[in-house]
Amino acid sequence: MTTASESLTPAISSARPIQFRKVLSGLLSHSVLILGAAFILLPFIWMLLTSVRSPDEIFEGSLWPWPRNFYGAEHYAAALQQVPMLGFMLNGVIVCAGILIMQLLVAIPAAYALAKLRFPGRGLLFALVVAGLAIPIQVPALPLYMGLAFTGLLNTYFAMMFPFFLSVFAIFLLRQSFKTFPDEIIEAARLDGMSEMEIVWRVVVPSARPAIAAFSIFSIVAHWNDLYWPLIVINDTALAPPPLGMMFFADAEVGTNYGALMAGATIVTAPLVLTFLALRRRFIQGITMTGIK
Amino acid sequence: MPTALPSARRELFSGLLFSAPAFILLSLIHIVPLLTLIALSFTDYELGALDVRWLGLDNFARAFSDPVFQRALRNTLLYVAIVIPGSVLLGLLIALLVHARKRTRSIYEVIYFLPVTSTLVAMATVWQFLLHPRLGPVNGFLKSLGFPEIAFLSEPSLVIPTLAVIGLWQMVGFNMILFLAGLSTIPRDLYDAAEVDGAGGAVDRFLRITWPMLGPTTMFVTVTTCITAFKVFDTVAVLTHGRGGSEVLLYAIYLEGFHYFKMGYAAALTLVFLAFILVFSILQARRMDRKVHYA
Repeated sequence: MTTASESLTPAISSARPIQFRKVLSGLLSHSVLILGAAFILLPFIWMLLTSVRSPDEIFEGSLWPWPRNFYGAEHYAAALQQVPMLGFMLNGVIVCAGILIMQLLVAIPAAYALAKLRFPGRGLLFALVVAGLAIPIQVPALPLYMGLAFTGLLNTYFAMMFPFFLSVFAIFLLRQSFKTFPDEIIEAARLDGMSEMEIVWRVVVPSARPAIAAFSIFSIVAHWNDLYWPLIVINDTALAPPPLGMMFFADAEVGTNYGALMAGATIVTAPLVLTFLALRRRFIQGITMTGIK
Repeated sequence: MPTALPSARRELFSGLLFSAPAFILLSLIHIVPLLTLIALSFTDYELGALDVRWLGLDNFARAFSDPVFQRALRNTLLYVAIVIPGSVLLGLLIALLVHARKRTRSIYEVIYFLPVTSTLVAMATVWQFLLHPRLGPVNGFLKSLGFPEIAFLSEPSLVIPTLAVIGLWQMVGFNMILFLAGLSTIPRDLYDAAEVDGAGGAVDRFLRITWPMLGPTTMFVTVTTCITAFKVFDTVAVLTHGRGGSEVLLYAIYLEGFHYFKMGYAAALTLVFLAFILVFSILQARRMDRKVHYA
């Protein structure tokens, strides 16, 4: 259709309609994008506004966006004092850090072995890693829960972290990254008398820093936001990571204090969102890595 | 080469040493639990029970005649059926529009990606408030237009579509980024060649070049979305607790296993869940074999 109308337009006057059409399509595409962006941003904006709105105004259910009386201090104080919101955050930091450190300690040598060493069991390990990629935590959850219950380890940091000590995804990803490392340099390092352990941590790992950084972001985001597993193994509020703590908070506060609840939601969401805004490229790369290979 | 033998032995020794922790954890976290899960699914084991009976396939038969599980399965499929076309097509549309922008591209990227990084549980409580029949702005807006108030999260026919819209809200930015990566791999000269051939219009270009070239990306995005959508849990746990006919697969498993401690039955349900996930993963893996790259 467009081609037909274009061929009808005389060559001399074609400059203006094309310009016009460009402006029009630009306008159209911006309006669609802005409409979509408004849908995406609405929850964030309403969360922030409600967190500083006075309870009376919240109960009016008014559509007027800007708060008449600022009530932010009270709501944030309530979120921090009535529920141990900072404690949840600290738990989140402990769990994410513990998981990430163990994942890297286990996955880096294994990935190096898969990428660069010849040993019996290599094919089996790789097959298991690939098969493991398809298994979400919800599948082994039941037996793992039983194992932790029988050993008396429920309601511990260990219980929250243990199933994630091995990340088949990390092994898969780092193996791919290590494979591109030149064999000549490894040979040279061996001739220099370096042990394999030294080669891994001092020669190969520094060159794979982008992949490791991307994986770290992926891991932290996944475990900071995870609800399923902590919900199963933790019922002690003092150990709850942010999503579980938020759920306790929401169950206790439904319909009574939305201002404080929105303040809590803001506090829980802020660390990752702010990090994302600071490290946009890395962040997007890290999270969509699941889609890269 | 005199170093050949020691080097081979060294590789063998370090290889075994380096992969040992991974092997041990793989067995503890994946292999032993999976075998236990299969064994459990044939029994009536309940946590704390003293005797266990062998049931054969009874748990599976029971699952497919259990109205609660049937509803959970139907709800999950309905959820997936809404989220997939919604988030894949919207992700593609937004990627196409964003891709054509130059100065504003990164702003849009950041905005659309925001829900992917935020804690879904916290944002679910925000949605709960947004959709609140009396206090929420969505109903406030509808009422100002003269519509009656709508209980999005308790009206049985609306609850799954509402949860699906929240899922869509969360996933669309992720899909947009994958499509943007796919778009950046399409060589520019294809478009130039098409222009010479007379395919000048945007729709024409899209149908003749962009859509076919994006085929592998679209397939990948669809399968990934499908797996994520199948695992819907957080929003159900926070917003409805599975009430009002809003059970989904994972929530049903969670209740049977970790609330009622019916380990045998929950194990059977888990295997049904795994079967679905595996079908999608095999589709995904077949795509990976074809060396599709997205970066």
